[in-house]
Amino acid sequence: MRTIHTDTIINNIKEMCIEANLHLAKDVVGAIAHAKDTEESQLGKKILGQLQENMDIAASESIPICQDTGMAVVFMQIGQDVHIEGQNLEDAINEGIRQGYVEGYLRKSVVKDPLERENTKDNTPGIIHYEIVPGENITITVAPKGFGSENMSRVCMLKPADGIEGVKEAVLETVRLAGPNACPPIVVGVGIGGTFEKCAILAKKALTRDLNQSSSTPYVAELEKELLEKINQLGYGPAGLGGRNTALGVNIETYPTHIAGLPVAINICCHVNRHVMRTI
Amino acid sequence: MEIKIQTPLEEETVNRLKAGDYIYISGTIYTARDAAHKRMFEAMGKGENPPLDLKNNIIYYLGPSPAKEGQVIGSAGPTTSSRMDKYTPLLLDNGLKGMIGKGKRSESVIESMKKNKAVYFAAVGGAGALLSKCIQSSEVIAYDDLGTEAIRKLEVENLPVIVVIDKEGNNLYETAVEEFKK
Repeated sequence: MRTIHTDTIINNIKEMCIEANLHLAKDVVGAIAHAKDTEESQLGKKILGQLQENMDIAASESIPICQDTGMAVVFMQIGQDVHIEGQNLEDAINEGIRQGYVEGYLRKSVVKDPLERENTKDNTPGIIHYEIVPGENITITVAPKGFGSENMSRVCMLKPADGIEGVKEAVLETVRLAGPNACPPIVVGVGIGGTFEKCAILAKKALTRDLNQSSSTPYVAELEKELLEKINQLGYGPAGLGGRNTALGVNIETYPTHIAGLPVAINICCHVNRHVMRTI
Repeated sequence: MEIKIQTPLEEETVNRLKAGDYIYISGTIYTARDAAHKRMFEAMGKGENPPLDLKNNIIYYLGPSPAKEGQVIGSAGPTTSSRMDKYTPLLLDNGLKGMIGKGKRSESVIESMKKNKAVYFAAVGGAGALLSKCIQSSEVIAYDDLGTEAIRKLEVENLPVIVVIDKEGNNLYETAVEEFKK
């Protein structure tokens, strides 16, 4: 049994919110550089160069990479041998978000009620996913999610008979519908299986996986590769203004499902695919 | 073609701009996004004047991140334009000449642009730190209570944008994608 105080959780989440909004992870930076090297459209190349310049300014002057600093999505993997001391855990996580967004000069983009739409002014609450895992550590992933791309995401309840071809078409159709709106080059997170809500969470989680790391299931890894190629043949390109680099990567997660179903969720993320992970 | 233009957008400037042109905008522009559009639209529906002079002006669909001490503005890139489509034809009918955002527009917006001879520009989404460098000053002029969604008057210098839809209705999103589709 190990004791972790909620102050430690607050501080880490605060720092991670700020870090995620100022610095992209190495895999995304590398994928943008690779896209620039391979882009055939001159305008596309220029835009990718601007994205690189933008990342440099964000890092050196502490200006968020994108003004949409997102709704804070937090994955908490809590070791079952951890004892959490201090305040209520959910309140602590939201306090970390609050401090990060206020002290980090990040945009407050959350409204208290989806229809009354009054801004909460501190970007809370976050979207928190808990998972109990073996061990005595807590692994926290903070993934601020922008809504230009979130709005273009979909859940499709396919039939078992639709099979892998149905999954491919659902993904490609989602990317076509998103077109220039989701700020390509995009990252595509796909969740296949589970239930209606499980596949959506899988898709979100898929976005936090390193782009250089394929699925450990061989046929899923093949599917990731095939879909990336097909998406990049659609022609949208950087900023949707034409080109070969519409997506930087496709990450797929799967889960067992019901004999009657084939749920598929496609979570689109812009090139500002933010995720920071720490184990405490 | 690369063209430098100055606001306000006079008709002769609009006439020169073609889908695909790379433009540097200098002068005064205004920010407004979802909540400000809704409020302006409702006010104008009641016969009230909008809080900015729309005639020959440009609206940038932007909700910036907060400025730190010594900064003019925080990160300042475009938001998705289609959410403003419902409100846009009324603004165009009242003199709005240009919009800066990202992503597709509805048929009714494009028809209204053709009728009113207006232009739709895209700024690069997700390049808010870079774009903020072109903003020389920023002042909230209306709807302060909306926070990031308030209407701001910006002075910009060489703000880089691309003409996506020109006054004839030519649409770069459609033509450019055809070129690279396999």
